[in-house]
Amino acid sequence: MNENYNISSSPHIRDKATSSNIMLMVLIALLPATIFGIYNFRHENAWLLIVVTTATAVLSEYIYEKLMHKPITIGDFSAAVTGLLLALNLPPTLPLWMGALGSAFAIIIVKQLFGGLGQNFMNPALAARCFLLISFAGRMTYFVYDGVTGPTPLANLKAGEAVNTMDMLLGNTRGTIGETSVLAIMIGAMFLLLLGVIDLRIPGTYIVTFVIFIIIFGGHGFDAQYITAQLCGGGLMLGAWFMATDYVTSPITPRGQILYGICIGLLTGLFRIFGGSAEGVSYAIIISNLLVPLIEKITLPKPFGKGGEK
Amino acid sequence: MGFLTFKGGIHPKDGKDLSKNQAITELLPRGDLLYPLSQHIGAPANPIVKKGDHVLRGQKIAEAGGFVSAPVYSSVSGNVKGLEVHLGPTGNKVDCIVVENDGQYEETEYAPVKSLEELTKEEILNMISEAGIVGMGGAGFPTRVKLSPKEPEKIDYVIANCAECEPYITADYRRMLENTEELVSGMRVVLSLFDNAKGIFGIEDNKKECIEKLQEAVKDEPRMEVKVLQTKYPQGAERQLIYALTKRAIHSAMLPADAGCVVDNVETLIGIHYAVMEGRPLTERVVTVSGDDIQSPGNFKVLLGTNHQELVDAAGGFKTGPKKVVSGGPMMGFAMVTLNTPVTKTSSSILAFSEDEVSKRKSTQCINCGRCVEICPCRLVPSRLAKYADRHDEETFVAQYGMECVECGCCSYVCPAKLPLKQSIGSMRKIAIANKKKK
Repeated sequence: MNENYNISSSPHIRDKATSSNIMLMVLIALLPATIFGIYNFRHENAWLLIVVTTATAVLSEYIYEKLMHKPITIGDFSAAVTGLLLALNLPPTLPLWMGALGSAFAIIIVKQLFGGLGQNFMNPALAARCFLLISFAGRMTYFVYDGVTGPTPLANLKAGEAVNTMDMLLGNTRGTIGETSVLAIMIGAMFLLLLGVIDLRIPGTYIVTFVIFIIIFGGHGFDAQYITAQLCGGGLMLGAWFMATDYVTSPITPRGQILYGICIGLLTGLFRIFGGSAEGVSYAIIISNLLVPLIEKITLPKPFGKGGEK
Repeated sequence: MGFLTFKGGIHPKDGKDLSKNQAITELLPRGDLLYPLSQHIGAPANPIVKKGDHVLRGQKIAEAGGFVSAPVYSSVSGNVKGLEVHLGPTGNKVDCIVVENDGQYEETEYAPVKSLEELTKEEILNMISEAGIVGMGGAGFPTRVKLSPKEPEKIDYVIANCAECEPYITADYRRMLENTEELVSGMRVVLSLFDNAKGIFGIEDNKKECIEKLQEAVKDEPRMEVKVLQTKYPQGAERQLIYALTKRAIHSAMLPADAGCVVDNVETLIGIHYAVMEGRPLTERVVTVSGDDIQSPGNFKVLLGTNHQELVDAAGGFKTGPKKVVSGGPMMGFAMVTLNTPVTKTSSSILAFSEDEVSKRKSTQCINCGRCVEICPCRLVPSRLAKYADRHDEETFVAQYGMECVECGCCSYVCPAKLPLKQSIGSMRKIAIANKKKK
């Protein structure tokens, strides 16, 4: 008998989902915000910054892996996701070379030096944003809309000025390329929720915690207009749905994800209400990234038969 | 409608349509029959025949090697060719008694049977162990041992595992439809051992015909009930099944009896019926032959010891030649090296696949997506356990409940990075169990 059957440990069937098609879903989900950003900041040529930043991220990964004789992993789309997310977190007027530098930092320093995909302990795009914010504070907080320079709606809000929440919802305001349109972000987020790529645990607890925090400490009590403006302003929505939900840098345990969402909500509230700057989402998320090992340790699920079955 | 279930689990493509409507066909073997001495958990059986002996169908050829063991019977008449080392279905070399089939199927005479009322519990238990009955769902644990808990009066439920949650397999499905009486009778026998117990048939909701048939069959049985389970893998895993039906949960250090339950699968209960009500030992079972590379998938009543090649031939052979052949279900079965192995008491199916979904995809890094955590029926963190296992960190593995794993394979199934999580965890568990024994 001439038989050559494959031998492997069970199970012998596999689900269709792969890491690369999950990343591809995330890329697709970012499209509404990306397209809106390109349109919204067409006078600032936002598309160019998006292309340069994303391409640099992919190229950095390719060059690093080539030089280190590691398998090339750009096909899993994770570098593209990082690059695009970073671009969406940058002001449209940022010099291109700064965007490229941020991407290289995200991929090489934050991701690859710690072992590549799945090994980084901080969200690469956010870490790069914070790196750029510290290095080029002026350029990173320079916002233009329709050729007019000025503060973002969130900064107006912090200064106690009136803001137009409808504009903030639609996105016709100053801000980073991808953060201004809550509507576009939510279309992408709904897509990921429906596909089961993300669930409500992290973004839900994040948003609820933040709202409770600003009701108590925001100085406006239960003011729907103020709460809406806080939620639609700055990077909160982009952060909650696309950055806090990053698999690699969030807890794997279900209860840990809830705790993590609460952590980010508290920190965002703290930074926005009591901090010097109007914004605080990026720092809130990367600080919470650092707490993940601790959170996972105290939220290890109880197994079946020992209380976990319920 | 919310059917009974547990937390976690998966919904793989079930493939049951290939064979579910094929009635059970009897298959008489042509070639030699091989009887491994170890078709069960526990001590191997001891041969009581020698080369040249003439044996009849239903004649004992090896006796139990201890309390946790089971005897083996010849399923054909013919001459004993000897004791040989041969490849078993799991790829291990095993000691087998080889019987040359004379094609007469001359049957031995069985002792006269009594009615259930006339038998004592001890007699019933002895008949079950004498007949060589073991857990035929795949585990192969001697049934007599299972049916002898320390305090039989504390058993509240006798559960018939009619879930058949593994994809492709339809052997139990056909048994439920075609041997409903025998199944109910087997349950009656087991219930007679436990005075305070109720009998529950737990069936997944995708087996509507079986539910109807069984409900009809138990309507005059005050101690029996049919309960409908959600269709989900691994609904038939013992701990998950007990929980779904009774809301009682046991962990790795407990037995079903600790939750007042005894669980037996369909084929086992039917074996119990034949053993006690007809006095016949275990010499046959129903096996599903299916998969996309099988010419005409079906369900066959096979004499134990039959070569798997004959079984595949009976199903019309292969279409093109499979990449992978699996004994048992695709989730927990064994990949077979060769078809030249015998059907044993625990062979529920043989599946042939033209593609191997495992070798087709390369493993990549874990991205911490948490899918394995969401679906783990044992509520573990499989990706982390696999990581500890790969690092040989036995201490952390055990501390984070690695020993609670039932190796259902759901984690490997869902993993988008295609990591062999169950394999890593399973290997570490074996090492940890061995180390525990050493101490």
